[in-house]
Amino acid sequence: MKQFQGRVIVPGTCTAEALVSRGGFNTLASYQMALMFGDKQVKCGDQNNADIYKKPMLGKALCLPMTIGSTTGGMVLYTACAMGKQPACMLFSMPIDSLAASGAILGDVWTDAVMPVVDSLGDEFLQTVQTGMTVTVGENGLVTVEEASAE
Amino acid sequence: MIKKDVILLILTPEQQALLDGAKGETMAKVVKTLVMYGDAFGAERMVPVTSQCGHTVISFGLKAIQPVYELYDQLIDAGLTAGQKFSADPRPLDPNVPSSLLEDIVFKKIMYTHQEQYEEQLKKLGILGDDDYTCTCYLDQVGNKPKEGDVLSWAESSAVVYANSVLGARCNRNSGIIELMGSIAGFVPEFGLVTDEGRKATWVVEVKCSKKPEAQLLGSAIGMKVMEEVPYVKGLDKWIGTELDEATCSYLKDFGAATASNGAVGLFHIDHLTPEAKKQGTKLIQKDAKVYVIDDEELARVKAGYPIIWKNPDAKPQLCFVGCPHLTVTQIKSWCDQIENKLRENGLNQVTVPTVFTASPAVIREIEQSVYASKLKTYGIVLSYICPLMYMNNPLCKKKAVITCSNKLRTYTSARFYTEEEILTIITSKGARL
Repeated sequence: MKQFQGRVIVPGTCTAEALVSRGGFNTLASYQMALMFGDKQVKCGDQNNADIYKKPMLGKALCLPMTIGSTTGGMVLYTACAMGKQPACMLFSMPIDSLAASGAILGDVWTDAVMPVVDSLGDEFLQTVQTGMTVTVGENGLVTVEEASAE
Repeated sequence: MIKKDVILLILTPEQQALLDGAKGETMAKVVKTLVMYGDAFGAERMVPVTSQCGHTVISFGLKAIQPVYELYDQLIDAGLTAGQKFSADPRPLDPNVPSSLLEDIVFKKIMYTHQEQYEEQLKKLGILGDDDYTCTCYLDQVGNKPKEGDVLSWAESSAVVYANSVLGARCNRNSGIIELMGSIAGFVPEFGLVTDEGRKATWVVEVKCSKKPEAQLLGSAIGMKVMEEVPYVKGLDKWIGTELDEATCSYLKDFGAATASNGAVGLFHIDHLTPEAKKQGTKLIQKDAKVYVIDDEELARVKAGYPIIWKNPDAKPQLCFVGCPHLTVTQIKSWCDQIENKLRENGLNQVTVPTVFTASPAVIREIEQSVYASKLKTYGIVLSYICPLMYMNNPLCKKKAVITCSNKLRTYTSARFYTEEEILTIITSKGARL
């Protein structure tokens, strides 16, 4: 078990299975097909992201360095929140980027979705966490990574 | 919901009143969104939006984003039209652009079913006019051109990077929806590219090429290297000059779009050329700035690294898009002249790959009043106001061999990138090959 202290962008707590994107997470490319064609598991559609391509994102603890891509990114994340298709939480190793922050905040203010967001968890967080591990987010931005799967 | 004690940003009494609901619950949520946005980046205050007009990246009535239209209905119902008029990104559909019957069905019956309804919403929210759909709103023909120092609430990465870098305006890389909320409130949080400190360069890029580097390729290389940071580019003025004339601005439009889409650049400085670089020179460079040297080999390496995601990499091109971001008048005329010469050289009358040039409605109008309109028609080139990216954002296009000289289009779709010279050769050769 390892713990990492981050900064709370959107408060909340959760425990979920990690889904790890080592490179930048392209929000539009990841969500557009799933949202457009009503994929219930919300599988990642970004063929340029080998870490998570075709993997279900719904309800996962999405661990990433930052988001990249189109400035529609925040709108896409808001849409996912409004449709109940958001990840369980978003955990950034780097300081959050403006597009991800927009989406997370729009989701928090304008929808009923619960999606805690923590940033600045550091490089070691992303080196430690692996897809399938159990991640717990505490109220104060403390993130605990455990090896056992949440299932 | 955010806790009150987390808020670091100090509001004026008027802004605080809005947050407390003085103009209704919906306006309070708009301000709360902006406050949280600023708080995430350590903003200490809001600053007024000073540009005459805004610009929104959401121009499409896409069925999949129904919640966005519902949110906009809330804004309209609360009487919260934008305090400033705004332009929008290009429309996603144009009947003049070649498409199959199946693609038409996907576009009209599955994807863009809300287009008409959304454009009605935009009218209520304050779009400038029916023709103000373009990613190049800052061109003289369109007229949404901010002044140096203006604070903007814009989204559309290519427009933001251009406004910041070439016009000297101040705008963060905002997301869709947030930009509209800034226009409604009339203020935005002061952080990042809105501040003097955030506009300092953390990279020095030294261009050491033996010929003028292709704008879209150079921008791609820099974007992928510096990501969201600010580059100060030296050695480029040798190739594009020290004056912001139309040709140079066209170059910087394409260069910036590539830096923004292949990375996440929101501002660049070009030594001896862009407004802040001309005034402040190398004082804009932070002391610990990293250095990236770009020569011919580096550009070749970057280009060779682009994945080719066509099912058949040897497929004959079926469609060519030129103009992402939308073309300028100068660019259309230049392309047209070069195509004319090449077709004559090769004994051809028309291009051998269906080719679409994209430009703003205002630029198209200017071209239509010139001899170039009939030339383009003669050579078989379609001039359209469409957004090629929106056109290609569907599963059917993955099976289509589309070529482009836009690095933005390459990044977001299955379109294959070629340099402008290569595109010219392909579309004017008998076999439609290099």
